[in-house]
Amino acid sequence: MSGSELSILIIDENRVRAAVIEEGLREAGHSLISIISEMAGLVRRIEEAAPDVIVIDLENPNRDMLEDLFRVSRAVRKPVAMFVDKSDTAMIAEAIAAGVSAYVVDGLRKERVKAILDLAIGRFNAFERIRAELETARQALSDRKAIDRAKGILMKMRHVGEDEAYTLLRQTAMRQNMRIAKVAESIIATSDLFGKGDK
Amino acid sequence: MTSPPLVPVRAGFLPLVDAALLIAAKEKDFAREEGIDLSLTRETSWANIRDRVSVGHFDVAHMLAPLPIAANLGLSPLDVPFIAPMALGLGGNAVTVSKRLWSALEAQGAPSDGDPARVGAALRNVIKADQTRQERLLVFAVVQSFSGHHYELRYWLAACGIDPDRDLTITVVPPPLMVDALKSGRIDGYCVGEPWNTAAVHDGSGRIVTTKSSIWRSSPEKVLGLTREWAEANPLTLAALLRALYRASLWCEDQSNNAELAALLAGSDYLNLPQAVVLPAIENRIALGDREHRPIADFLTFAGKAATFPWQSHALWFYSQMVRWGQVAHSPHRAQAARLSYRPDLYRQALSGLNVAMPGASSKIEGALTERTHLPAARGQLVLGPDGFFDGVIFDPDRIEEYIAALHKN
Repeated sequence: MSGSELSILIIDENRVRAAVIEEGLREAGHSLISIISEMAGLVRRIEEAAPDVIVIDLENPNRDMLEDLFRVSRAVRKPVAMFVDKSDTAMIAEAIAAGVSAYVVDGLRKERVKAILDLAIGRFNAFERIRAELETARQALSDRKAIDRAKGILMKMRHVGEDEAYTLLRQTAMRQNMRIAKVAESIIATSDLFGKGDK
Repeated sequence: MTSPPLVPVRAGFLPLVDAALLIAAKEKDFAREEGIDLSLTRETSWANIRDRVSVGHFDVAHMLAPLPIAANLGLSPLDVPFIAPMALGLGGNAVTVSKRLWSALEAQGAPSDGDPARVGAALRNVIKADQTRQERLLVFAVVQSFSGHHYELRYWLAACGIDPDRDLTITVVPPPLMVDALKSGRIDGYCVGEPWNTAAVHDGSGRIVTTKSSIWRSSPEKVLGLTREWAEANPLTLAALLRALYRASLWCEDQSNNAELAALLAGSDYLNLPQAVVLPAIENRIALGDREHRPIADFLTFAGKAATFPWQSHALWFYSQMVRWGQVAHSPHRAQAARLSYRPDLYRQALSGLNVAMPGASSKIEGALTERTHLPAARGQLVLGPDGFFDGVIFDPDRIEEYIAALHKN
């Protein structure tokens, strides 16, 4: 592939996500990959990287600036199109839904770039899933901690056993149509207020 | 009798004061009263707005007025026809410079009243002096290449004898990052919508030197943008949305609602800024040069002077500037495509049941009205003007070729 190997630039302030995409591209046999995570000096760094393909996350507010750059700058190899094929709306919609966009220098073969974009879309989606799973796990852990602490407070104040304390929590939650963890948090807050916390 | 379920409409916006009509339509229930469940999503770039409307993530959006035209001229990354059936107000932008540049302008006699001709003359002198001393070119930022900001900044500079391509550098910076860019010295000035000019004055890093309303009084800025496909598939929903936005425009224009509107816009889901930064634009009181807040006539108009009517002459003026600055080559076919991007027919249809003084024409000669003028209109009287360009040049949309030719000679 040498000689015609595509140079790929990933612009993403989320370093972890950028690394995840880079890894995927390397596994697919690409080696000319650069990453920009700092937006300072963006123009100069794009010029240095001289990319054939730019992958950028949609949260980045600098897309308007980039497009202007591609339109007017002589330093960046132009012309640049977003995606490879304006008519491939399914792919474009998929990319935008995943939160990623791509800019490609003109004249590249569609299949080559499509593979890169497919990979980026896949990695963006996987990253989003992992982020959501992590968030759920983190929430579950903090819920569990709050419930344990609230149980301790109830056991001490109401002189009941652990099972009974949990039943009290659960019943209150059902009655007030709240999550058990929410009830636990308010018990902890109230207890802190009265200075009788179990810290 | 149960009312029919609300029709969901998804809209994108950028955090700017001129997103007010969409925000008020939702928060003050004008949308709901028209049977629409309007959901608003704040976006980070105009490119995202354009792309998400293109692929159908958003049904409609707060859009830079030239964006639908650029899309229809093939200047956008995606080939999706857009339309603008309504404007979201007139004016609302200003030009802000760093304190360092303001001192230099003051030394060259720049006034604090926002007079574009005199501020421009001072800027020309500063640039000339810089050129003699071989200093680096000044850098001015706009928010997007296809924006009212870009064209009015260039128009102002060129009319003051400054070549926007040779005498300074124009770059693109997203609105919320303008103040930081100015503070860090990466740019020397910018043209942006409110509240991002007032924000620089509050922050102490910039001074406002002139306004869009001084460069071109009552001029177009944002539109409701959507795909032609969505408009054709959802004609009744679109008409209902236009009515809701029209009612919202009347509410936004009512001065007794100024404080409430400022509080709404300042909220964390919308601009997420102090009310004091949002309010001046709504009150048409801008802190120019010496930082004295002064009333600026027609700084931002939400409803009056047919502020929401999508004049095809506005579309053609933007087109003339795209040609002027080399973004597109002129052809009668392209001029036609630009004109038809704006859809006053849909606006008229949607509002026909309301008591709205409707312009009889779809185009007007821009800059022809030098004072407030009462015009006969369908249903009562329409008040328009003054709507002049600061250099007194008139834009007749029927003589666009002559206009472009004359601009090139300057």
